[in-house]
Amino acid sequence: MKASPLGYLDAAGVRAQHILPLTWFTLCVSLAVCVVIALLLWIAVRRKRIPYGVDIANVSIESGGDGLRWITVGLFVSAVPLTATLVWTMLVLAAVAGPPANPAFVLDITARQWWWDVHYSGAQAADAFETANEIHIPVGKPVLVRLHAADVIHSFWVPKLTGKTDVIPGQTNQSWMQTDKPGRYLGQCSEFCGYQHAHMQFEVVAQTSAEFSAWEAAQRQPAAMPATAAAVRGLEVVQFRCASCHAIRGISAGAVSAPDLTHLMSRSTLAAGTLPNTRGNLEGIIQTPQDAKPASLMPNQHLSARQLTDVLAYMETLQ
Amino acid sequence: MKAPDYRTPRIGINSIEHQDKLLRLWKTTPGIKGFFTTTDHKEIGIRYIVTAFIFLGLGGVEALVMRIQLAGPNLSLLTPEQYNQLFSTHGMTMIFLYASPILSGFSNYLWPLLLGSRDMAFPRLNALSYWIYVASGIFLYAGFASGNGPNDGWFNYVPYASKAFNPGLNEDFYALGMVFLGISVTVGAANFIVTAFRTRAPGMSLNRLPILVWGTLTASVANLIVVPAVSLAFFLLWMDRQFGTHFFDTSAGGQALLWQHLFWIFGHPWVYAIVLPAMGMVSDGLPVFCRRPLVGYSLVALSTVATMILGFGVWVHHMFATGLPGLGLAFFSGASIAITIPSAVAVFAWIATIWLGRPVITTAFLFFSSMILLFVIGGVSGFMTASVPVDWQLTDTYFVVAHLHYVLIGINVFPVVGAAYFWFPKVTGRLLDERLGRWNFWTMFVGFNLAFMPMHLTGLLGMPRRVYTYNAYPGWGMLNLLISVGSFVFAIGVSIFLVNVAKSLRVGARTTQNPWDAPTLEWSVPSPPPPYNFAVIPTVASRHPLWESRLGENAALSTVDRGMLLDSGKETIATSALDAAPDMILEMPQDSFAPLVLTAALSVLFVGLLLKTWSVVALGAVLSAAGVLMWLWPRRALREREPATEAARG
Repeated sequence: MKASPLGYLDAAGVRAQHILPLTWFTLCVSLAVCVVIALLLWIAVRRKRIPYGVDIANVSIESGGDGLRWITVGLFVSAVPLTATLVWTMLVLAAVAGPPANPAFVLDITARQWWWDVHYSGAQAADAFETANEIHIPVGKPVLVRLHAADVIHSFWVPKLTGKTDVIPGQTNQSWMQTDKPGRYLGQCSEFCGYQHAHMQFEVVAQTSAEFSAWEAAQRQPAAMPATAAAVRGLEVVQFRCASCHAIRGISAGAVSAPDLTHLMSRSTLAAGTLPNTRGNLEGIIQTPQDAKPASLMPNQHLSARQLTDVLAYMETLQ
Repeated sequence: MKAPDYRTPRIGINSIEHQDKLLRLWKTTPGIKGFFTTTDHKEIGIRYIVTAFIFLGLGGVEALVMRIQLAGPNLSLLTPEQYNQLFSTHGMTMIFLYASPILSGFSNYLWPLLLGSRDMAFPRLNALSYWIYVASGIFLYAGFASGNGPNDGWFNYVPYASKAFNPGLNEDFYALGMVFLGISVTVGAANFIVTAFRTRAPGMSLNRLPILVWGTLTASVANLIVVPAVSLAFFLLWMDRQFGTHFFDTSAGGQALLWQHLFWIFGHPWVYAIVLPAMGMVSDGLPVFCRRPLVGYSLVALSTVATMILGFGVWVHHMFATGLPGLGLAFFSGASIAITIPSAVAVFAWIATIWLGRPVITTAFLFFSSMILLFVIGGVSGFMTASVPVDWQLTDTYFVVAHLHYVLIGINVFPVVGAAYFWFPKVTGRLLDERLGRWNFWTMFVGFNLAFMPMHLTGLLGMPRRVYTYNAYPGWGMLNLLISVGSFVFAIGVSIFLVNVAKSLRVGARTTQNPWDAPTLEWSVPSPPPPYNFAVIPTVASRHPLWESRLGENAALSTVDRGMLLDSGKETIATSALDAAPDMILEMPQDSFAPLVLTAALSVLFVGLLLKTWSVVALGAVLSAAGVLMWLWPRRALREREPATEAARG
């Protein structure tokens, strides 16, 4: 059970860890109630049952006690775990509902059909950068997440770090994350949002402060100019075919309707978690995105074999 | 003006001549005319039940197709859009076209028989309610059949349902179809409420009502209050889509959450509306097979009402993740936990009834008693999601899918099938086969738990609901295969029930009027009951008119063979709301084409709205007005006009 990347019974984030004991408590209470009721029911049916085949009209009617004690005792017993759950719920709610008082930084995440646009503000305007579907955070520090919706309702969920917060057009909801364990944590859109709701994942990568700073510094860099001839030819195709939707900082900025490609090769997955980021998958995603992710907004490209090789050569420079 | 009616009903005893006279007055014309004009609540009830089972079959097939797609990771039997239309149509079908109408069907058939009346208070309204249910069901399915089924889930969140993201006719079919269906629910609910308060047999005071009546009455009051919210929501959505209004358009100041509030303020009470009558079936049926009265009648009746009152205050638990303020969530969390209490009353009352009784293990008993366990399983998973922080993890995963199926199948389908075994002999005069019944029960019970128990686990493993495919994460493929196998076993179980019905209709053992030796009034009349139900209006002295000599509850005894004859027309008695003291003679309407004509006219109107063809809309409106006029035309038989002789004298 613990191996599922979307399972939350092995919580790693502060927020999810706060919730976990309450989840286990309510789960155990629930299981206990089911077992007790099943036993009572089983005994009740067995103890005075009429043998099969006896005509029901021959079994006399008896009122035999009013049985009200069952209800009063049952209610008093039920009230104990219910009250405990209510109090515990309020305590956990108070602990994890609000955003942290001093977050390390604020992330602006825009959910789109069907990917995640991630904006790091930085201390000053020049430090800001954009990435997609992969969120890096430093361990040990709370990070505030502001959630924006570009089209329909989505829901932000990193099971091992934090519960769901819906991403709703016209309002900015907040979530927060903090973990002490470096690692990669899978996130998933969890409110139905159309054709590719199933393929709208992201990753949260928790790193030590040093690793995080290095990553941040690398992400701030604009894309390098291509060095090889193939990559140069590739860039020409990219500017013509890709840049009206995809931004590549330093080359062509401003487009926001598709994921920022500036450091595409630093990310572990393609198309919001649909496929691992390998050369073969990248080729497929560029040429026939409608196969891997039907009805996504990116059309099939119909590049010639030469163009495709060139584009891949360029893409591989986006480290 | 109608002259005050000072006639006093004659009291007499049941006789063959009297029955013949009533039969002539009440019998529906045979043949095609009778089929389209009948206002007999029994005929309408059976039609409701048959139609709802057809929709159950359709929704079931949709589910099986989805389960094939989900049997393993990354399968591609269905395109994403096909899957989205299937799961949306499945939800729409099961919740709106099966779960509620099936209970309306049972209540329609049973209520007058339980209450000692000859029909519902408004027989033509009853027919209208059924015809509109059928017409709106066809309307909704016309969308699906033409590739324009709903594709945004049964709760249809905006803005995905808005024109900008959903330009096809899909959401127009759904929005208009739901407004149309709302008319059926509303008139049906009004009819149940008036029937419960005004047409009970003399002496059947409120504290003697069968729990099924409490359940349907409570559900009907709730429906009258909350259906306007959802009809409004769908109407506003249609306005947004067709006329560019901005109720839900966030780019122009509209609110996405307005939809969710309007929907769930309807949606959650609706959940109780589709389980409380079924719980009533268990409360009334179980004691018969335990050979003793229900434990804690008053508490169970009160808990039925209390559930609904609390049920009006829990809708936000569907919206815990929407970013509402924590303090507000805390109240709804508390209310959602508190609603466990009235449910617990029913559970302990049922268990105590079995414990203190001597259970006769019939198929009906198996369905009723197993429902208690399924109810508890569905209840505790609901209790878990009532805790806000826990829900932030559980919501929108398969854990919730498991929960809602335990609630809807466990508390609706199982009691309904049990009720079918219980009341089938009353309806048809034949018993359902008990041996086939065991196969039926165990296949359904095992298949159901095999299909839905593992969904709790996939939910805890983080599998989101409403995904058309999924990755091969550890454990997911195996559990989903198990679920798919279970769903087919469950489908076989339901099929065995249909086979049993088909077989028993032809060769089932003939039965007497009271094969279970049950205590309530419907068992005091022949099986199947005559068109007029009761030859003489019974007088009720206790909750168990047919058991009271053995229980020794009362000094006074109920009478079923002597009472008001009411045979000078289609008549029944109206009684006072609380104590059921005789009040006035009700003249019941003859069979009529008006409900069907009005339904056809409204169908024209809604098709016109769908196509935005205003000439058709105008035609539908004029025809509807004509239908209403035909309906309301004063009739001498109803004493709405002076008798002919006096009118001629002028």
